[in-house]
Amino acid sequence: MAEDGTGRGASGNGGGRMTAESFELKVGLAEMMKGGVIMDVTDHEQAKIAETAGACAVMALERVPADIRRDGGVARMSAVDMIESIQQSVSIPVMAKVRIGHIMEARVLEAMGVDFIDESEVLTPADEEHHIDKHGFKSPFVCGARNLGEALRRIAEGAAMIRTKGEAGSGNIVEAVRHLRAVCGEIRALQALRSEELMAHSKELQAPYELVCFVHENGRLPVPNFAAGGIATPPDAALCRLLGAEAVFVGSGIFKSADPEARARAIVRANTHWDDPAEVRAACEGLASAMEGIEMSTLEESERLANRGW
Amino acid sequence: MMTADRPRAGVLAIQGAVEKHLVALDKLGAEARTVLRVEHLAGLDAVILPGGESTTISKGLERLGLYEPLQAFAGAGKAILGTCAGAILLARECSSHAVRTLRLLDARAARNAYGTQVDSFAAAADADGAVEFSGMRCVFIRAPQFGDPGPAVEVLLRVDGRPVLLRQGNVLAATFHPELTDDLRVHRALLDRAGCGAS
Repeated sequence: MAEDGTGRGASGNGGGRMTAESFELKVGLAEMMKGGVIMDVTDHEQAKIAETAGACAVMALERVPADIRRDGGVARMSAVDMIESIQQSVSIPVMAKVRIGHIMEARVLEAMGVDFIDESEVLTPADEEHHIDKHGFKSPFVCGARNLGEALRRIAEGAAMIRTKGEAGSGNIVEAVRHLRAVCGEIRALQALRSEELMAHSKELQAPYELVCFVHENGRLPVPNFAAGGIATPPDAALCRLLGAEAVFVGSGIFKSADPEARARAIVRANTHWDDPAEVRAACEGLASAMEGIEMSTLEESERLANRGW
Repeated sequence: MMTADRPRAGVLAIQGAVEKHLVALDKLGAEARTVLRVEHLAGLDAVILPGGESTTISKGLERLGLYEPLQAFAGAGKAILGTCAGAILLARECSSHAVRTLRLLDARAARNAYGTQVDSFAAAADADGAVEFSGMRCVFIRAPQFGDPGPAVEVLLRVDGRPVLLRQGNVLAATFHPELTDDLRVHRALLDRAGCGAS
């Protein structure tokens, strides 16, 4: 596996590595986003709509995943002018995406003071073997994961937040559910192991032993665990929370729907009251149609964004 | 300080770092629960407004009709602590990016006053602060700043000369995040005050 032997999760030190304090600040912002909805926006008007609806952060990107999927071609980091205009228009945190492994796109976003960098499978990967070493950055990173091993590898590289990959731009919640069940189920299974079984298990997960021990002892990831990919309705958001996600990202689901403002408010409401079905029902009232969804069996393996990342 | 009865404290759970506050309260022996509705305030001795996004939380307060009940809660002498976004919500007014506030602390809040996340930092409080909080290490995440405090406001701690922990009677506001560290003195001060209010 791609461990360089110097990154030791939260306690890397010296030589440009991340200090414990820097990691604390990064995870601190992720903590502040818990219980929130992070919305994909493609211009400053959408960003204002998201903020007004109660989003706890926005993700600035040129095209929502549904359009990236439709258009094909290479998807890259968004134009800096567009990201800047969004930074100027809202007071909530602004996130932006970089291609997997694209160290310089990430350095540019850091220089722009972007609040969170998403090293995202939604964009076309720049490196098919290595993710970014995220320890050396002042900006925190979020990365997608389909299972516990992948989540722990990203955390070892310095990610301060994990989200499910789901299947972005599909309007179909099935993959996010699969990934949440995998991560949360594998955490529960890991808790049940005996201590002498942890080394072999870490080999199986392809994840660092120290992080495997942390999860065994604490029953959770060392960083917040959010859901993303295919969330289109208020009950979709509530389902993710029920299955263990601590907040949700909504990509195409809002601005590809018939009434983005109402849907954004509704998803925020359902997310706050995810364990109160009467509130989730009230959130759904009067909503126009959701985005169109894609059934998974109609997607070729090569078209699945979740398969990107290593 | 604490009576034989465990103090009962609520954490506003619209959005934000709710869980860390629940853990801190639990460590101090309080009975902690989340607050999402007016009726959840009944029987509480103290309430915490956590960090998170102040716009998101203020919209939730509006929708749930919690502004007036929280003002009445404070008016009845019960203890309230706001951290970061929660501190902004306690202020008299919010000068940048207007957010409706509870007007329980006579000072003006400026949001994200240090900059974006790359400007977040941790620092020790200045040496001239209140003795009960001396040496406190403060974690600032996209933190606000307070200015123009009225005569009723005590500045308990400063960092680089700027007020970071303020008190006005039963209302306590921290621009930093005591819930992200193991230092429980701010939470203890809240519960001590809750003890007074209840007696």
